[in-house]
Amino acid sequence: MNSEKIIETTKLTKAFGSFKAVNEITFDVKKGEIFGFLGANGAGKSTAMKMLTGLLSPTSGEATVAGFDVFTQQEKIKKNIGYMSQKFSLYDDLSLLENIKFFGGIYGLSKEQLNERGTAMIERLGLADVSHKLLKEVPLGWKQKIAFSVATLHQPKIVFLDEPTGGVDPITRRQFWEMIYEAADNGTTVFVTTHYMDEAEYCNRISMMVDGRIAGYGSPKELKADFKTENMDEVFVKIARGENYKLQ
Amino acid sequence: MSALKFILQKEFKQIFRDKGMLPIIFVMPIMQLMVLSFAATFDVKNIQLEVVDRDHSQLSQSLIEKYVASEYFNLVHFKHATDPKGTSLQEGSVNISLEIPYDFEKNIMQNTPVTLSAKVNAIDGMTAGISASYAQSIIQEFREEFVKENIGLLDQGKKSFAINFSMQNWYNATLDYKFYMVPGLLVLLVSMIGMFLTSMNIVKEKEIGTIEQLNVTPITKGEFIIGKVLPFWCIGMFVLSLGLTIAKLVFSVPMQGPIYLIFLFAMLYLFVVLGIGLFISTLADTQQQSMFIAWFFMVIFVLLSGMFTPIENMPVWAQKITLLNPFRYFIEVMRSVLLKGATWSDVKMNFFIIGIYGVVINTMSVLAYRKTNG
Repeated sequence: MNSEKIIETTKLTKAFGSFKAVNEITFDVKKGEIFGFLGANGAGKSTAMKMLTGLLSPTSGEATVAGFDVFTQQEKIKKNIGYMSQKFSLYDDLSLLENIKFFGGIYGLSKEQLNERGTAMIERLGLADVSHKLLKEVPLGWKQKIAFSVATLHQPKIVFLDEPTGGVDPITRRQFWEMIYEAADNGTTVFVTTHYMDEAEYCNRISMMVDGRIAGYGSPKELKADFKTENMDEVFVKIARGENYKLQ
Repeated sequence: MSALKFILQKEFKQIFRDKGMLPIIFVMPIMQLMVLSFAATFDVKNIQLEVVDRDHSQLSQSLIEKYVASEYFNLVHFKHATDPKGTSLQEGSVNISLEIPYDFEKNIMQNTPVTLSAKVNAIDGMTAGISASYAQSIIQEFREEFVKENIGLLDQGKKSFAINFSMQNWYNATLDYKFYMVPGLLVLLVSMIGMFLTSMNIVKEKEIGTIEQLNVTPITKGEFIIGKVLPFWCIGMFVLSLGLTIAKLVFSVPMQGPIYLIFLFAMLYLFVVLGIGLFISTLADTQQQSMFIAWFFMVIFVLLSGMFTPIENMPVWAQKITLLNPFRYFIEVMRSVLLKGATWSDVKMNFFIIGIYGVVINTMSVLAYRKTNG
């Protein structure tokens, strides 16, 4: 990990009418980092993530992702990121190979790259047997791993994961995090939202949103020290209850 | 545009993998043409006829016999004097009351124009119009036969005489209403494929959530839209070809004009209906909504297309609305090319209008489709 900032926001705000879903958030993510984006339901995580991935235009503030402006260069951002949402969003009626070909293809991978990376990925996942089956026939546990692999197929600078392990069993979750670490080791920045506080511990740094604002920001170790607790669960509860906390 | 190739591949795979699709492409057109052409017929038989013969001549008698002999009319009343109240019409026992005036025979022999008047029960305007035109065609036939047979009796200078009967004109000399319906049904078919399938296809991606995944990719709007629309464009052209083949082989619909005009027109026209489908998909969030909106447009377009009710029979304000209806232009082209043998110069206005329509509707849809929301 180095100190180069790959995501940087200053007072980034999204207002729907008079309601500020995201209220002047300022934070940065460094290159190669696993950055946890935490918060209760409705705290504004998804809205913030949609602005960073170019799905939603911000109202005010400033932000750059991979060096591109979120107000004006959304399509350039999209070339440099991968995205995986909680909802399984590959095509069920296409096979694994066809999904790889489609998503790789629209990111502009060449035929050779598609073959090479597709084969490597299928081998890594141990899915050679089912690579020709339609995804709806593939067991649920595999799907999140497949979705993650497809989202990183074009080797994006940053991959955004929106509650990627929602509804997944502990073993699969663990395997999933191994994949996240592997991606981070290869230099991909990982931006991940989660509800699981044990997962928060796996992150290099986290930010915690409450009512559209960032109420906690730092490494898990720092946060635990600041709140004088042993685990992230309690940090979460304390922040969510609104205990005073000075932003660093 | 290399992404386009991948979208097209994906769409075609998904379309043909969908078990519901093949019946839609193959069975629906055949069923619709076969069933509706017979069911939605304007053919009117057993028209209850009343004749008021005030002439009592040999000639009036032979005219009446002609009606009796035709398979379309049943002579139910025969009177010698006019009933000003039109009781039998009011009762509904009679569809048409035909009055043969005094001096019918005398005037014909003297070459003076005569006017037969017909009172038509017009509650069902369609049947009324058709019944009247049948009645008229019998008079026409009667006149021609009379001229042929009595050429010596008539004034040598004028080898014909006039029998007036104020009527609408129908382009369907053989009175086969399948010829009239089949071209309209073809338009309906092609349009349904375009509007429903395109709108539902895109909305389906919204429902499953894959559209979000696509929106975070660098796919351009143009690639996405062309990738979505082109497969249905191909299916639409295929269905049209299938439909025209059935029209020719099964219904022997005449194809008087150049068929390539119909295909050329369909190429443009499909972009209009696909554009409408695309536009609907930007308005709807669920497939149910998109179905509902598509049906709303479909019903209006069909009823105001001139397919069932001739546009000339509509009130003026409704006629003006039909100018915005893409169905209208395709039905006009279909009927005039197939039945009337129209050529390029007859239908070029329709090409022009539908071309502009396509540009406008697709611009609207492209603008309405957003990868990034406000």
